[in-house]
Amino acid sequence: MDNVILKIRNLNFYYQNHKVLHSINLDIPENNITAIMGPSGCGKSTLLRTINRMHELTHGTTVEGEILLKNLNIMDIPAEELRTRIGMVFQKPNPFPHMSIYDNVIAGYILRGIKLHKNQKDEIVENALKSVGLWEEVKDKLFKRGTFLSGGQQQRLCIARALAMKPDIILLDEPTSSLDPLATSVIEELLVKLKKDVTILVVTHNIAQASRISDYVAFLYLGELLEFGLSEKVFTTPKNAKTEEFLSGKFG
Amino acid sequence: MNYRTRRTINRVYKIVLYCLSIFTVLPLIFILLYLLKLGFSAINFDIITKVSRPVGEPGGALNSIVGTIILSTLAVLIASPLSILSGILISEYPQNPLSKILEIWVKLISGIPSIVIGIVTYLWLVKPVGRYSALAGSISLAIMMIPNMVTSTAETMKMIPKEIREASLALGANYGQTMLKILIPVSLPGIISGLLTGVGRIAGETAPLLFTAFGNPYLSLNILKPMNTLSLLIYNYALSPYKEWHRIAWGAALILIFLAFTLNIISRRAIKRWTT
Amino acid sequence: MEKVKKISVTGEGDILSPFNYIKRIFEFRNVLPFLANLSGALVALIILGFLLTLGAKSLEFAKNAGVANILRTTWNPIAEEFGGLPFIATTVLVSIIALGISVPFTLSVSIFIAEWKRKNMFFDVFNTALDLLSAIPSVVYGFWALFVLTPFIRILQLKLGYPPYGVGVLTAALVLAIMIIPFSVGISREVLKLVSSDIKEAGFSLGATEFEVTRVVTLPLAKQGIIAGFILALGRALGETMAVTMVIGNFNAFPKNLFSPSNTIASLIANQFNEAWGNHQSALILLGFLLFLITLIINLLGGVILRGAKHEL
Repeated sequence: MDNVILKIRNLNFYYQNHKVLHSINLDIPENNITAIMGPSGCGKSTLLRTINRMHELTHGTTVEGEILLKNLNIMDIPAEELRTRIGMVFQKPNPFPHMSIYDNVIAGYILRGIKLHKNQKDEIVENALKSVGLWEEVKDKLFKRGTFLSGGQQQRLCIARALAMKPDIILLDEPTSSLDPLATSVIEELLVKLKKDVTILVVTHNIAQASRISDYVAFLYLGELLEFGLSEKVFTTPKNAKTEEFLSGKFG
Repeated sequence: MNYRTRRTINRVYKIVLYCLSIFTVLPLIFILLYLLKLGFSAINFDIITKVSRPVGEPGGALNSIVGTIILSTLAVLIASPLSILSGILISEYPQNPLSKILEIWVKLISGIPSIVIGIVTYLWLVKPVGRYSALAGSISLAIMMIPNMVTSTAETMKMIPKEIREASLALGANYGQTMLKILIPVSLPGIISGLLTGVGRIAGETAPLLFTAFGNPYLSLNILKPMNTLSLLIYNYALSPYKEWHRIAWGAALILIFLAFTLNIISRRAIKRWTT
Repeated sequence: MEKVKKISVTGEGDILSPFNYIKRIFEFRNVLPFLANLSGALVALIILGFLLTLGAKSLEFAKNAGVANILRTTWNPIAEEFGGLPFIATTVLVSIIALGISVPFTLSVSIFIAEWKRKNMFFDVFNTALDLLSAIPSVVYGFWALFVLTPFIRILQLKLGYPPYGVGVLTAALVLAIMIIPFSVGISREVLKLVSSDIKEAGFSLGATEFEVTRVVTLPLAKQGIIAGFILALGRALGETMAVTMVIGNFNAFPKNLFSPSNTIASLIANQFNEAWGNHQSALILLGFLLFLITLIINLLGGVILRGAKHEL
């Protein structure tokens, strides 16, 4: 097993009186892609949003158990600090509509009021855009609005925005569900390339996608973690009957 | 009915439609032509350098121009912070009982006749003091602006997709930073266009000023004293029997319309530029 | 463990010295809710105070002169006669005539805009012209009507054998009609655009002409919203002051015919409020309050219908 970067221990999640996650235990290995799969409504996104404490934005949520980032309880890290260490990419590309491509990449710094030198900024922007393979496509229009880009480009811009904060982990919540197949494959290749620098946790309900890109896979069903392991093992010889059903396309 | 009759009916219908439509914008053309013809001859050095004078002496509209600028600016300064913050209250804290009340009340009074606002401001700020004042005038104008500005701010902020807000928080920004650097800038075109529309409306407004700013033939910069505006000048001069005063009023009307049109066009351009 | 936690923090307020503590209180995110609540409370207070002031002053009249006094037909402040019925009647009359005049124009313009397929320069100019019409201040409309419209009306009056005042109910209604057209077009144009093009195309695919599609499909679907637009325009017309004040003739009695001078509530207040005191003033305030209530009801009604119509489309 690789180095574990994130430990989830006995995690229960309640929305109002409704229990959404049932004592999840999960070790996320460093510099790998872990896919979280499961039928819709199984709590995949909830789990993801709990990891960088985005669930706190929703009223009426309660969390029990602990999540440890490099052995540090995430509840002891201020949420704002935690979120720079654990970046997030959303279902729909959401570049800031009033900012240029350039400003979108360094939005994290702008937002937090961190002053950077012009050279520093240029460097961050160039590196982040290069690592998502967007640099060649946009280097002449860095100061145009990010919203003029295509959907796939916008999503890569959002990944660059998360990478620019130099996070330990990035969380992706069905990042390709609103994209066409071509743009999807570009993003998938990109994720595989990125894993040497950053740990990737991706929620997907697309089984084929999980099998293409993930090193580890977790299967979530009705708020319970039924199976977790190396992708090749889970996909070829699932231990749980439900996992097998899901993988063979019997539901969701 | 055969095909030919139906086609004829359709043709007649279209002609009637076009004619009525064009007929509707005719008043605009009439008003504009009339204003340009009479207004331009009145716009000269005097109108922007001289104050109101008794008949027979060459007068201008300087005091009214200055008054319109002061009253409108003051109204904007009073109305915009109140309205923008109230709009934020409605959109950001929908659970807050005050925000629920406000959302309904503001809609209730947004169509209120401006003359009624004049009456209330008079009772509040003129009668107790015993003197008409520009301040009372600008407060009445501010009260006119507030409802629409609150609604336009709240509505633009509510339209920002949830994802944009989450993207900011996921980057580690706190709520204040998200508000200042994402939510307010993103909704700025809506807020500004609401503001400009409001200014366009109040700059030419007369009714609430009749009993508040009242009018003043002298150039006055004291906001605690009566002040003249272009709209008051037009009203008073138009109803006077003097040709000379009518001429000045046409000039004032041209300036006012120019101002209103500019604001209107800027605000529509602003929306277009920001939303595409 | 405790120490590790503290060091890991960004440095923002981790050691709560008194200075940092105060700084944190005044941070924008903590101040904003306070400011928002403060402004909200102030705006709510203004609105509440507004209603209370109007109500209290109107009650004053009811107490001193008796509310029945306003429901008479003679207005003679010197003799303490404050009959407001003529003004209420004229207000409604002028507004309804104006609305009636505006209906065919509003309908054609909104259909024209909503159905015009080529978005060319003419279309842009036309749209801009409508927006500009609504941007002209009321006092300028009044001024223009006084100098351009009244001479025409005077000629008409002479031909028909009426005294050639020029000013009067019809003149006021005409200028009001011009003023409310852009407003109601704004609403019905929006509603007509909500009618989906699919359903119109279904009509065309059955071989209908434009006239037939508009008459059978579009208008019936948008009817409710268009009516709401007219109701809201009526609310606007009722409270319109300056243009009406300048051309209605300032005469304190029921209009005898369409050409008679009269006064609406708004124009009566505009003409007399500055010289009024005592009961005269509170009578005017009571009439203002009535005007406020009428427009409030009309606007509420229009708003509710409009929301329902948009919801359905």
